[in-house]
Amino acid sequence: MNGAGEIELRASQWLERRDREDWSGADQEALDAWLDASPAHEIAYWRLDAAWERTDRLAALRSARPESEARRASLPLIAKIAAAFIVLAALGGAYLGFTPRASERTFATELGGRETVSFGDGSQIELNTDTVLRTRMTTAERTVWLEKGEAFFRVRHDAADPFIVIAGDHRITDLGTEFSVRRSPGALKVAVLDGRVRLGSSEAGSAQHVLISGQVAAATGDSIVVTRRSKAALANELSWRRGVLVFDETALGEAAAELNRYNREQLVIADPSLSRLVIAGSLPTNDIEGFARLAQTVLGLHVEHRGNDIVISR
Amino acid sequence: MAETRDTSRDNAGSPGVVSRAELRAWFIAEVLPLEAALMQFLQHNWRNKNDLADLRQDVYVRVYEAAKKEVPHPVKPFVFAVARNLIIDRVRREQIVPIEAVADLNSLGVAKDEPGPDRVVAARDELRKLQAALDHLPPRAREVVTLRRIEGVPRREIASRMGITEDTVAEHLSAGMRALADLLYGGPFGREL
Repeated sequence: MNGAGEIELRASQWLERRDREDWSGADQEALDAWLDASPAHEIAYWRLDAAWERTDRLAALRSARPESEARRASLPLIAKIAAAFIVLAALGGAYLGFTPRASERTFATELGGRETVSFGDGSQIELNTDTVLRTRMTTAERTVWLEKGEAFFRVRHDAADPFIVIAGDHRITDLGTEFSVRRSPGALKVAVLDGRVRLGSSEAGSAQHVLISGQVAAATGDSIVVTRRSKAALANELSWRRGVLVFDETALGEAAAELNRYNREQLVIADPSLSRLVIAGSLPTNDIEGFARLAQTVLGLHVEHRGNDIVISR
Repeated sequence: MAETRDTSRDNAGSPGVVSRAELRAWFIAEVLPLEAALMQFLQHNWRNKNDLADLRQDVYVRVYEAAKKEVPHPVKPFVFAVARNLIIDRVRREQIVPIEAVADLNSLGVAKDEPGPDRVVAARDELRKLQAALDHLPPRAREVVTLRRIEGVPRREIASRMGITEDTVAEHLSAGMRALADLLYGGPFGREL
């Protein structure tokens, strides 16, 4: 059934006319016929009528209007305390990650893990699931090797001291930026949320691409493909930073592969034709059972647990 | 006022057990107050916001058809079960699955028929709610609605006072009526505030 807006419009016109002085018996008959034509007409009419009747009460109650707005004062203090905690947390974070002596450090997350590391220069790195990265942060250089996985970088830009991410054969140089780098076997993806980065091979003299905010580069072997994404699409891509995955009309197979990155249990789509099913929505990265439940209850698919595998079939 | 006008239709040719007047009274008292929660549920489980009004209509029609035979009791779990089934039907048809459905749909099994917040409303809350709804109308519509409904000014006089035609007054009234219903029943999910 369609056209709720159209029906509601007609219902409101009827109600408006009914209120006029020249409302006639013939008008009433026409209204009755319209109401009888469909329950949807009748319901829309009842609903608007009931809301409209309530405004009568507004006329009656208006003289008794309450005039009290006498609470405040306690909030600013809470706000100050909260602000103090935020500052402390920021300082704590900064010293946690940055020790001047040990110039080279390694950070790693487990399957399903997520961690944020802050550095003394104000830069921050958020590690996604199953990620290993090595950093060398000295006064002379800022270099990060992404050994595997995915990370989001919020860099305090310093033109004299570039921040460089090395991922396999590729080198990403910050030009004032927030960006993410995802490394998987044989492929690299760089997404720029804010500012610019330069992407190229780590070999000297190779071609360089400057990526700007909203661009996503996919590098495989020697080729780099740059696409432009909407702010919303990019935010979805980085939703792991909030611990959720957002699927925007994503194929079932693709969504399963994405969830598998975060979980020990693995989804297996047994029937290739199922990968054509499209899903949309969001799910916590660790809720692989929720995904299985969805497949079973909503899509009506067969779900079977076999050891660490969750096999989905028709 | 509506009651007197509608009596001619009560029971007239009504095939079900429940009379039209009873159905209407029941619908306004029991179902409409659930609209805010229903819209929240629909909005949460359906991504295309343009479909929400149609979905709401479909839920109401299904509830209405069922109630014509027998008024469901308790109401709330019934309305949400209808909404759930409707979404599942749509999902199967469109093959685009809102994942959020899972969590919410499961929790529905234990939904109690507690009186919604709208069912016990003190006069002062009602006034505040109505005033807030009125304040959210577009300025011209608000002025017309206030003059007509609250101050009882005749249409013709509103038209001449505001320098608009009576037809435009009528348009503002019917638009204001639709917006008020969304604001009063649908809550923040019924309409963008």
